[in-house]
Amino acid sequence: MRRTWQGGYGPATNGRSRVITFDSVTKRYPDGTVAVDNLSLEAPTGQITVFVGPSGCGKTTSLRMINRMIDASDGQILLDGTAVQTIDPPTLRRGIGYVIQQAGLFPHRKIVDNVATVPFLLGWDKKKARDRAMELLEVVGLDPAMAQRYPFQLSGGQQQRVGVARALAADPPVLLMDEPFSAVDPIVRTSLQDELLKLQSELNKTIVFVTHDIDEAIKLGDRVAVLRVGGRLAQLADPKTLLSEPADEFVREFLGHDRGIRRLQFISAAGLRLRTDLTVAEDAFPADSDEPWLLIVTPDRRPVAWVTPRRPEEREPYGTFLHGKDNMRSALDAALLSPSGCAVAVDEDGKVVGVATREALDEALAEAADV
Amino acid sequence: MSDGPPTLWEWFARNWDTGRVGSISNLLSDHLVMSLVPIVAALVLSLPLGLACVRFRWLYQPTSGLMNILYALPSLPIFMLLISVTGLSQTTVIIPLTFYAMAVLIPSVVDGLGAVPDHVRQSAVAMGFTPVRRLVQVELPIATPVVLAGLRVVAVSSISLVSVGALIGQGGLGMLFTRAYQNPFLPPVIVGIVGIVLLALVADGLLVLAQRLLTPWVRARRAS
Amino acid sequence: MNWLTDFFGNPENWTGPGGIPMRLLEHLEYSVLALVLAVLIAIPLGLLIGHTGKGGVIVVISANLARALPTLGMLVLFVLLLGTASILPVIIPLVLLSIPPILVNTFEGIRGVDPELRDAAYGMGLRGGQVLGRVLVPVALPLILLGLRLSAIQVVATTTVAAYVGLGGLGRFVIDGFATKEYASVVGGSVLIVLFALVVQLAFTLVQRVSVSPGVSQRIR
Repeated sequence: MRRTWQGGYGPATNGRSRVITFDSVTKRYPDGTVAVDNLSLEAPTGQITVFVGPSGCGKTTSLRMINRMIDASDGQILLDGTAVQTIDPPTLRRGIGYVIQQAGLFPHRKIVDNVATVPFLLGWDKKKARDRAMELLEVVGLDPAMAQRYPFQLSGGQQQRVGVARALAADPPVLLMDEPFSAVDPIVRTSLQDELLKLQSELNKTIVFVTHDIDEAIKLGDRVAVLRVGGRLAQLADPKTLLSEPADEFVREFLGHDRGIRRLQFISAAGLRLRTDLTVAEDAFPADSDEPWLLIVTPDRRPVAWVTPRRPEEREPYGTFLHGKDNMRSALDAALLSPSGCAVAVDEDGKVVGVATREALDEALAEAADV
Repeated sequence: MSDGPPTLWEWFARNWDTGRVGSISNLLSDHLVMSLVPIVAALVLSLPLGLACVRFRWLYQPTSGLMNILYALPSLPIFMLLISVTGLSQTTVIIPLTFYAMAVLIPSVVDGLGAVPDHVRQSAVAMGFTPVRRLVQVELPIATPVVLAGLRVVAVSSISLVSVGALIGQGGLGMLFTRAYQNPFLPPVIVGIVGIVLLALVADGLLVLAQRLLTPWVRARRAS
Repeated sequence: MNWLTDFFGNPENWTGPGGIPMRLLEHLEYSVLALVLAVLIAIPLGLLIGHTGKGGVIVVISANLARALPTLGMLVLFVLLLGTASILPVIIPLVLLSIPPILVNTFEGIRGVDPELRDAAYGMGLRGGQVLGRVLVPVALPLILLGLRLSAIQVVATTTVAAYVGLGGLGRFVIDGFATKEYASVVGGSVLIVLFALVVQLAFTLVQRVSVSPGVSQRIR
């Protein structure tokens, strides 16, 4: 029986997601600096909304206004229609997960107690809070042995996982993430990003994520809000639209190079026309084929090498993409790995499903450019 | 001039230079000697000891442990115990004050050298600095602000601590306190306290000045 | 060495109001009294100033100034001003002189906590008092305890000097012995005070080991 986790505010939230609405929100500092300028947008339920932009664009300020770490000067932010300004800040924050750059773990507490911080605040029974913490350590992929350690004994990536676990501890419907992965090395960052996506596919939280890294924004965001210096919204769109139709020069420049190639990752390769007649067994090589390239496969249909009838003794390398799962960028990449110019579609077991030839790829690319 | 007890200023003027040992000007110069000698001696001793502690890490734990213990010893009983060795002399005051100062300065030197960023040290090595040149031209300048901060603490507390020496007859301006207590009279106490605090402020001010002259980059960074 | 056996071997030194046990208790009493009063004033003030960030400059400046104040001069000043009817004139400077180390270190300790940590604590939904009590104090504890230790060292030393203006305690052996040229008493008393100071130092080191989280001192592994 799943317990009903109660967020700090309002009636029981049941871990249910909430919609966050910015309604003409402005943040002006006493010295006249405008950090956020008349921002209106919606972070929809169960989706990841990314705020991205150069430094000074007010993305972090915008995020911090949601849990009232900073109060808006004008306009309001609504959580399922309730203005956050009307909620007592600590109560509000206990119902919103918050992950920051350096994880901000409490150095004097063991990992398990760090994760249980909010449940303790909400007055949970100690044992129940710790059990929940252990459960979450597993969810974020940490060895349970870590629970009894102190933060200084963990690597940066591990600390960041603990930070995520801590934010999830009371099962808040909303998660705010402020450049959570920017202090770890690129390899760890990639795996943390992948796990966040995996986690989100199970949890369906309403997540607002701040980053200065456009690639991270495009990878993680269901919707991406590009902000310009001075805190004005330049464009709010899903990543694919952002890449294909940047609203103006600023967004175009911010997106950087390879916009076209990067856009391919939002087009599924499932629609590629595949040929199944280009595979042969190792010992059944036809001497008189008309095809310029043939793919040698094992008896259980695993790819071995490309071969061309012109030089039958040479084995050439191949590239694969996952049929039905991978996108066009992966398919194109697979094609470029081989002198045949063809991409091999495989299933999850690594068995060949078919082959996308240059012609098939051309058709798909023409379609993509058409958007 | 009235017949009553002298005012503060009258007392001060009359006792500034009586030509005798106990005149305020003499006490002041005694005070300067007994506070400056430990400060300078401690600095001279702490630099090589601190460097040794940085060079040989294992040395730091026992050294700082010993210095912590020495620092915890109250001055008066130490003066008393030293009398049997060095007699009722200024040396009896100077030796313990030197150790107190070292207890503060050695960690300052170690911390200061520890504050030299590794990339700075590495690039100095890469540019071909010999170890001694690197120390003198790169590491010590960078450590200077931390060492000077320690020196400020040492200067002020040494100047104030000297006065306890009055209890063994070697207290510099502190002699004014015992004199005032034996012959209950307020002006000497006030002159003594104000004199010592002023001396400490002057010493502190001079060190702040030295800090600005020696490490101009620290200020420049703060201003930017 | 003869002085030591003379002093500690003399049975008269072990009994009565002027005996070692009584003097030791007196020394302990005055030191603890002064330290407790100083803690009651300095810790709340240091926490408040460190937490709110207001008035920090004044704290640092006045603490530096206080370091320059000569202990003997302060003791004589207060005794001359307030008389010797009670021990109050001696206790006041004792307390005043032990406030600065606690105040400064508490303030610096709280103020020095990583701002990210403070941010995370508020972001989790801790209230101001909870942030202070559950996060800032435990993290700043090594510095706060350092301030207490420095202050205790100061108090023990000043209590010794205070024997000169008539306070009891171990300093009496030293001051009286010096005045009457009984060097056994001077040396014996000095050794007792040194031992007392070392025990105090040791006690604070132990308190620090026990009360600071291993996550903060990074004392494991």
